[in-house]
Amino acid sequence: MTDTAAKPAIIDNRREQSPLRRFYARNGRAVNSFVAFVAVWLFFASQNWALFLIPGFYGSYLFSIPPSIILVTALVFVITAGEIDLAFPSIIGAGGGVFMSLLIWGLPVIPAAFVTLLAGALLGLGVGVVIVYGKISSLVATLGLSFFIVGIVNFLAQGRNLELRTAVGTWGNEFFVGKWNINGLQVPNHFFISLVWAVLMYVLFRYHRFGIRVQMVGDNPNSAKQMGINVELVRVGVFVLSAVAAALSGVILVQTANMVWFPLSGKAYLLPVLAAIFVGGTPVWGGIGTIWGAFFGALTIGLIPSGAVGAGFAGFWTEFIFGIVIIATMIVHRSSGTRLS
Amino acid sequence: MVAIGEPIIELKNIVKRFGNVEALTGVTMTVRKGEVLGLLGDNGAGKSTLVRTLAGVHAPTSGEVWVKGKLCSKWSPITARDAGIETVFQDRALAPQHSIVTNIFMGREITNALGLIDTKRQTEEAGRLMREIGFTSKVFSPDSVVGNLSGGERQGVAIARALYNNADVIVLDEPTTALSLTETQKVFRFVEAVKASGRTVIFIGHNIYHVYDIADRFFVIDRGREAFEGPKAAFTGADHLIQMMHQLAETGRADVGSLRQTA
Repeated sequence: MTDTAAKPAIIDNRREQSPLRRFYARNGRAVNSFVAFVAVWLFFASQNWALFLIPGFYGSYLFSIPPSIILVTALVFVITAGEIDLAFPSIIGAGGGVFMSLLIWGLPVIPAAFVTLLAGALLGLGVGVVIVYGKISSLVATLGLSFFIVGIVNFLAQGRNLELRTAVGTWGNEFFVGKWNINGLQVPNHFFISLVWAVLMYVLFRYHRFGIRVQMVGDNPNSAKQMGINVELVRVGVFVLSAVAAALSGVILVQTANMVWFPLSGKAYLLPVLAAIFVGGTPVWGGIGTIWGAFFGALTIGLIPSGAVGAGFAGFWTEFIFGIVIIATMIVHRSSGTRLS
Repeated sequence: MVAIGEPIIELKNIVKRFGNVEALTGVTMTVRKGEVLGLLGDNGAGKSTLVRTLAGVHAPTSGEVWVKGKLCSKWSPITARDAGIETVFQDRALAPQHSIVTNIFMGREITNALGLIDTKRQTEEAGRLMREIGFTSKVFSPDSVVGNLSGGERQGVAIARALYNNADVIVLDEPTTALSLTETQKVFRFVEAVKASGRTVIFIGHNIYHVYDIADRFFVIDRGREAFEGPKAAFTGADHLIQMMHQLAETGRADVGSLRQTA
């Protein structure tokens, strides 16, 4: 058919990759994060097997970890798109405030949560539009917007907490924080919610047009643009997603605190969540990321405070161990290679 | 349907002005179906303006674009694509950290109503496109990451992608620049396969030897207008073509006949 067939083959002495290597090339960062989680657990558990093998020991862990899982898996999109979001803690606070206000106003828990997620999406849209169409670096913009949002929330709340004890124990509240006893381990509903959320994020990231385009935009925005991808829209989209995750976390935090909202409730999440993304194997340079890696990153970072105490370290060792884990996993993730260009 | 050898694109008296600068001062060019047209010109001759005009990135200031015998009244990247012209720009527009399949379907993923990607169909389609241009190997598959491929192979990804919409004309902007000899050979094979499928290729190059080897006909642009248009048979070899390019640079005129006697 063509005269190319008649020409001698061009010599190619590269070797074919084995299936195992191919699997590692695709999923190495997620595998590494899982291994890191197991290693950290083994390290703590080996100090005190008796304690670490009791299912009940993990009750408070499962109770406190869901917001981190929700935030981390959504922020993978932001980092992969080549952006960063420092405003999510302020949106956790704002979301919790909106949710609590709606409850006090008389809305039941589920509709109030739903409206809060919409409010979060709107807030994220605002953040995204300012960054993308204002052409500001997301690092600086979200830093500024974070102060701005916290400022508004503080002004509206006048520094006071909001609470509604009567909403505790309603079925909507049970939907979020009701517990199941599994072999002495109290598993709260919001842990299952965070698992469902993580699966959704995984599908969105790996199999949905939006997730693929986020990866294209982060890898090479000029190429993405040339191939007809609306780069601006994708960038705004990641901030909307991250804000919805923050609003959902706000809704959950209020309920895990027995329907009490503190204006600064999101503040503590900034650094641990960012650490969890990178411990989870999503590289800082954008273009690729891993949802399951981030999931295990969140589990690892979340295990350290209670794990360290359970293992018999004094509480002030916690941050030292954070540091070691972060640096060590970064070195391990380097085995998955540096940025391909 | 345009028969092989018939005009598929006709540019008539194309002028392109940027402010006071006239980048194209009236170019008339015919591209015939099934040929590899080599587009040559020195830096600043208007080569890239002409390529961008073909791709629809620039709308001409004046002049007419005819595709398959029809006058195109509007000319934009979208109308150019709809008319069957796909351009592979010099930077190739790839996402190096992702697979060949993902790159081929960048911006036009095959999805269901929910936006979920049909991975199986995409992989099959990518494999078909790659086989069509002979872009196959035991060391990579549609799932291989583009960043691990060689320069010529990356060009293969871009060419396979350009074929996806069943384009009639593939415009290759400097596809062999910065490639080694072996890699250039690979690109040539892709181009030959595209040609064998009855499609038309416009091959733009700096390296006159490369263009001479692959093209059936040449179009030389100089100072914003066509300086020469003719078949390979007009030349005795690549050196003859180079001589003409020198003559053009020095005198502003190309006279192949006078050169053939001295060559």
